[in-house]
This record gives sequence, C-alpha cells and structure tokens, in this order.
Amino acid sequence: MHVHATIDPQDTVNQDAFLDGLWKQNPVFVQVLGTCPTLAVTNSVSNALAMGAATLFVLVCSNVLISLVRKLVPKQVRIATYILIIATFVTVVDYVIKAASITVYKALGPFIALIVVNCIILGRAEAYASRNPVGRSALDGLGMGIGFIIALLCLGGVREILGAGTFLGYPLFGPGYQPWVLFLLPPGGFFTLGAWLLAFNAWKRRKEKTA
Amino acid sequence: MPAAAPEVELRSSPHLHTRRSVAMIMRHVIYALLPVAAAAVWFFGISALASLVTAVGVCVATENFLSRLAGRGSTVGDGSVVITGILLALTLPPGFPLWMTAVGAFVSVALGKMLFGGLGANAFNPALVGRAFLQAAFPSAITAYTPVLARNRFSEFIPATLTPPFLQPPPLDRWIAQARVDAFSGATPLMQWKFDGAATDPFALGLGAVAGSAGETSAVLIALCGCYLLVRKMADWRIPAAMLGSAALASLAFHAMNPARYPDALFTLLSGGLMLGAFFMATDMVASPVTPRGVWIYGSLMGLITVLIRNLGGLPEGVMYAILLGNAASPIIDSVTQPRVYGHGGRK
Repeated sequence: MHVHATIDPQDTVNQDAFLDGLWKQNPVFVQVLGTCPTLAVTNSVSNALAMGAATLFVLVCSNVLISLVRKLVPKQVRIATYILIIATFVTVVDYVIKAASITVYKALGPFIALIVVNCIILGRAEAYASRNPVGRSALDGLGMGIGFIIALLCLGGVREILGAGTFLGYPLFGPGYQPWVLFLLPPGGFFTLGAWLLAFNAWKRRKEKTA
Repeated sequence: MPAAAPEVELRSSPHLHTRRSVAMIMRHVIYALLPVAAAAVWFFGISALASLVTAVGVCVATENFLSRLAGRGSTVGDGSVVITGILLALTLPPGFPLWMTAVGAFVSVALGKMLFGGLGANAFNPALVGRAFLQAAFPSAITAYTPVLARNRFSEFIPATLTPPFLQPPPLDRWIAQARVDAFSGATPLMQWKFDGAATDPFALGLGAVAGSAGETSAVLIALCGCYLLVRKMADWRIPAAMLGSAALASLAFHAMNPARYPDALFTLLSGGLMLGAFFMATDMVASPVTPRGVWIYGSLMGLITVLIRNLGGLPEGVMYAILLGNAASPIIDSVTQPRVYGHGGRK
C-alpha cells in the first residue's frame, strides 16, 4: 500500500465527526430529532440559548463517559447505563441553571429534566459514542450540540422577532410594531419549524440538482 | 380502388355530458357571494371594499405564484381562489388593517390550499385557515369592530384599514364616537350578549343593521343567496339544514335551561357568522364528507360545536372553529358511513 495522502485520514474523520452535526447531519433540520424541546422552548432567543447550551453540555459529557466505558458495559444493559449517565449530567445542568438564573430555570420548566430523554443524546450515545474512541466522540457531541444550538437559534430568532418584536429582549422595531402573538404560541413553533425544514429541503434539492 | 371507409368515431361512455365543471360551479358560487359582498360594502363602506379587493388580489397572486412554482401551470382559472378571497374578507372586521388581510390571504392559499396540493386536496376550508391564523396572530385587531352604516363610510376609510405594514392599528374609539349612528356601537350582537347580557332585536339581525364582520350582516340576504346555490344543486342542502337545525335545537335546550344566560334559537341563528358559515363555508365540497348520512352528521356536529363555544366557551363566536373541527372530522365520518356495496358483504 502506498498512500500519498496530503491530509492525514485521521484528521478528516475527526473533522467529519465535528462538521456533520453542524450542518450535513444537523440533528433538527436533517435528522428531525429532539423536536419536543425544539418546539417547546424556542419562544425566545434566551430560552433557546439556555436549552441549547444545557443540551450541548450533557451531550459532550455523556458522549465522553459512554465512550470511555463502552468496552466494559454488557450489551444487555447498555441503554440503562446510558440513561443513568445522561441523567447524572442532566441533574448537574439542572442545578447549575437553578443557581445561575431562576428566571431561565422557570422559563425552561420541565424541559430541563426532559433532556434525559432527548433522542439526540441517546441517539449519539447508541450510534456514535458506544463504538468510537473518546476524542472523536467528544467532537461528535460538540458538533451535534452546536448544530442543535444553531437550529434552536434559527427557530427562537424568528419566533421572538415576529412574536414580540425583540431580539434577546431588546426591542428592534420601536413602539408601533404589531407583534404576531401566534409565533409565541405552540402553533407558531410548528409553523416556524415547518418553514425551516421546507427551506432546508429546498436548498438541499437545489444543490443535488446542480451537483 | 376501394372507397375510403366512412370515418366512425368510437368512444366509450359516458355519451351525455353536462355543462357542469369546476369552473362553472365556482362561477356560480361567486355570483351567489356577490350580493353578500355588495351588502358588506353598503353597510361598511369603502373599507370593506378595500378589504375585499386586497383579499381576492393576494389570494389570486399567491395561487398563481405557487402553482407555477410547482411546475404545473396556473390554476387560478378555476375560480375557487376568488371564492377563498371573498370569504376571507367577509369573515374579517370591516376596518381590519389591509396588511393583515394580505397576510391572511397568503396563509389561506399557501398553507390552507397549495401546501396540501391545491383544489381538491385541501383538508380544511382555506379561507378559515387564514382567518384562524389571523385570530391567533392578531387577537386584538380581529376583535376591533366598528359600527354599521357609519355616516362617512363612503368618503373615508376606517382609520385602522390603512395601517402601514407591521405596525399596530390605531385605537378606533375616537373614530367610532364621531361616526356613531344613534344606538349603534362597535360591539357585535354576540359580544353584547356575552359581555353585557344585552339582546339585539331579531329584526335588526335579519336585516343586517348590526356591527360585526364584513359579511355577517344580513342573515336573510345570506340565506337567500345560499338558497340559490342549494336550488342549483351546487351545494349540498343537507349541510346548512343539519348545521342550522342542530344549532337551533341546541340553543333551544340551553335557552330552556337558563333563559337569562343563554340566547334563544332565533338569536343564535341570525347572529354572527352562522348563516355565512353554514351556507358558504361548511358546504366546501372538498372538506366535507361525501356520503349523505355522513353529511348529516357533519352538519349537526358543526351546529352543536358552534352553540357550545358560544354558550360555554370564552369566545363570543364559535362558527370558525366549529367548521374547522367539522372539516377535521370529515374523513373519519366518511369512513364510518360508507354504504354497503350492492352484492358485497352482509349486515353485521
């Protein structure tokens, strides 16, 4: 074998592990996972950011720990082990948010605890961390987590700007602006997610056509 | 040299055609709606006219754009989109900001119709999808009603009508105060009943000299126009019959229980959007069931829900949600009321 690659193949694997989650395999826009928090807590940019950061933390930590113990855990009890590990980190996040800001904690409500059953995290644990080395699993978690934040911000931005006329709480348009109350309500979440999926698919199809 | 065989045209049945087509039926629905629209303009003036023009214009433009985008040529020609526009404008308050009307018209056609695949595939009445969107998006603007027969209705717009896009409509109190005709306020009869416990004269309701959405004025006129469609068999007579019948029965029962709190059957039938909904929106051919038995169930369900929302719910009017729920139920109703095919299966 004579491989004269200018790029170390190991590097591209690592790069893909990180970049896939950001865009090509975006957990919300491409895999359509984790739609429950995506719809529920994106009524403002700050909620979206808090939820995204919490999920990112849990995702990276659980990916690392699961990858570390992947050879020790018997196949039959792996899901239970994953849930236990994820739940531990969710508890950590829960206390951190409570300590940092009680308003954000109240706004996110039960959805912090529900990060345990976020299928993005369990999905990455099962599909990636349980069969890849620690470093790559951490990168995968980072990529997916940041991809999730991007998606939440896309939704939260549209919903807060249209629904309240503000961005991160700062008014954008002046006092005469007519807020579209609908976008702060659950239907607005569905409309916005649907519109983003539509845009994403249209963009993908166009790219396939030109390629 | 053999003579050329005479040309025989071979065709399979049917051999007799009717002139009926989608476009023709839609044209007649538009004819039936024109007097209602004209009444809206008479009662509310140029604001209602501007609202109608905007809604129809944006609906047509949206359908034209989206059907071309889907690559199958414009489907505007069948006329159904014009009906959607007229109906949407008729369900809105006469002084509704035009930019919001345009948003509603876009949502009606884009989300209510084209997203499902265009005419024949829409699960809900498109006009009501748009109105439901507006109700949820702009709850205060859509309940800002103005008095009927305002003195200067043909010379000036209701101030909210010309609100610039994305801005809040101005408060209407001052305009209403100076345009007020004796005894008429901006509150609709249903709002007066719900929030003040005041009944409206049934004669005024029948004639249409009451505040309300642009098209929910004269119950008698709407019923007459609707009957034209029923007589021409362009709408199923069972739907309005069932809807109005069940609404009357339900409100009779409520009224008997507590006459002070619940209005009588006549008020229920003549007020709000019940007539317009029963004759022109519930009868949407696409979103209603096809079996005769199913149509009875569908109609009575909507009449009942209307009265339940009006009498027990927080909103003064419930026709829109009743029809949307009826539309949602119609595939299920269809599947449970399928008649037995002759020669197949037996009675269970």
